[in-house]
This record gives sequence, C-alpha cells and structure tokens, in this order.
Amino acid sequence: MKDLALHIMDIAQNSITAGAKTIRVEVEEDTAANVFLIRVEDDGCGMSPREVEKATDPYYTSRTTRKVGLGIPLFRQHAEQAGGYLQIRSSRGKGTAVEAMFRHDHIDRQELGDMGGVVTLLMGGNPEIRFCYRHVRDKKEFLIDTREIGEAIEGVPLSEPGVIRYVREMIREQLKEIQAI
Amino acid sequence: MADLKKMKGELQSKIALREKSDKPEGRVQVKVAMATCGIASGAKEVMEYMVDEMDKRNIDAIVTQTGCMGYCYAEPTIEVNLPGHEPLVFGYVDIKKADEIIEKYIRNQELVEGIIPMNYQTIEKNK
Repeated sequence: MKDLALHIMDIAQNSITAGAKTIRVEVEEDTAANVFLIRVEDDGCGMSPREVEKATDPYYTSRTTRKVGLGIPLFRQHAEQAGGYLQIRSSRGKGTAVEAMFRHDHIDRQELGDMGGVVTLLMGGNPEIRFCYRHVRDKKEFLIDTREIGEAIEGVPLSEPGVIRYVREMIREQLKEIQAI
Repeated sequence: MADLKKMKGELQSKIALREKSDKPEGRVQVKVAMATCGIASGAKEVMEYMVDEMDKRNIDAIVTQTGCMGYCYAEPTIEVNLPGHEPLVFGYVDIKKADEIIEKYIRNQELVEGIIPMNYQTIEKNK
C-alpha cells in the first residue's frame, strides 16, 4: 500500500464483508504528542478471540479463494515500522475496531493519501452502508456522514458520479482547511 | 451541503432522462475487485477512472466493488456485466486498459485481450 488512505480502504472492505451497516473512520493527528492514529470501527459480525489473535497472521484468512490474508499484517507492519502499533478489538455479533498508531514525524510513516477518493469510492460502491469519516488535526476537526449527504440529495443515489465528484472535492477542501493535507 | 441540495434537481433530471432511454434491458455493471491485492495494485485509480469516464462518455453504468476473486496475480481485475451477455473478468487493468475496455467491449461488444476465463462452461457441466 502506497499510503494510509489505501490501508483504510482495505480495512473498510473487511467491515463491508463483515456485513456492517455503519462504518466509522477516524483519523486523529496530534502533532504535539507526535501521534497519528487511525481507527476503523464497524458494527459487523465481529470475530471470536481466536480469530482476532490470528488476524495479524499473514497465513490466516477466513476466505476460501486463497491461502493468505495480508491486509491487516501489512497495516501492522507499516504501523510498527513507524514506531506505532496495531490493535484489534472485536466481539462476536457486535463489531470490530481496528486501531493503528504511527509516530507522526517518523520518516517511515506513510502519507495520508487521497481520503476524498477513498471515502467516496466506498460510499458510491456501497450506498446502503453509512460511512462516517472524522478527521482531527490538533484542535481542528471535520466530520462527514454519508447519511446526511443522502438526506440532502434525497432520492438521488450516492453512487451517482456527480455526487461522488462533489463529495470528493468537499473532503479534499475540508482536509486542506484543517491543514491535514 | 447547500450546494448539494442545489445540485439535486439537476441530477434528478439527468436520472429521469437516463431511465427513459432506449435501453430498458438494464445498465452496464462493472465490479472492481477491491481486496488487499487489488488495492495494492491500483484498483482505486481504476475504479475512479471507470466512475468518471462512464459518466463523461454518457454510458449508463453502475460501478461497484467486489472482493478478491482469487486472481491476485492479475490485479487489478474488473468484472464487466453487459446486459444480455455473460459476465467477463478482465485482468491487469490499468487506465489504458480500462479505456480500451470501455471503448471496445462496453460500447461495441468487441472482445479485448486480458480476459480471465473464470466462468467458462465445460461439457460435463452442460450435461
């Protein structure tokens, strides 16, 4: 993965597969504390303690199409390379939260990447799922909720290219405003 | 959000126009494989391109995501489902290939290179 946004997209796909109705993506940048935190939380089917334990093992996967599962192991590797960690909290039937911490100024911390593109592709590709994306940088924050967007454009599907383009630009502008990009 | 509300009318008329179009049999469906292997190989760019270009070229299509189909070596892969045709899976799709698939296959049903034979039928199956 070239950047953190792509990791987020990858982890969010797990939430989609887990049957989540709501997926919350949170990015918290605290430059004073030198912390860059990413959290992806869902209300999907969750995992058993054994599955949680095995999730960071690249040779474990719940799929049958192939024998490896690299999404979480790669994310963990990138976090640890940047002086951080990856943690999974999950309970069966309730959902899963994946949290990755990076040292903000670490030379191996990847760039944030194109969050506008990632969030809108997730939204457009899965209009039935509610995505909430909150980004905090120091004291400034911004929040986007696809349910609110859906209400604003009532009847027009979230997969409509015009909507995707507009929301993509809106996220990019907001991130610039809070100086996250 | 206010701008979005303003856009609503415009988008609604566009959708209404599309629904009245002469292709009642359904829309073109494109599924982009978006698992770890796909994303790492550039599926995000391909999906963005597909969404934008179908709209620009006035092709009535819906672009969604799917998981890994087991063709990790050939990522990014996309499945194209033309109304009335068997779904086809294309591998090694970059922007250039995506353009070729739109122009040749989706527009003119001309086959292009890079098809992964995943849903062929064998004689045994047909019996």
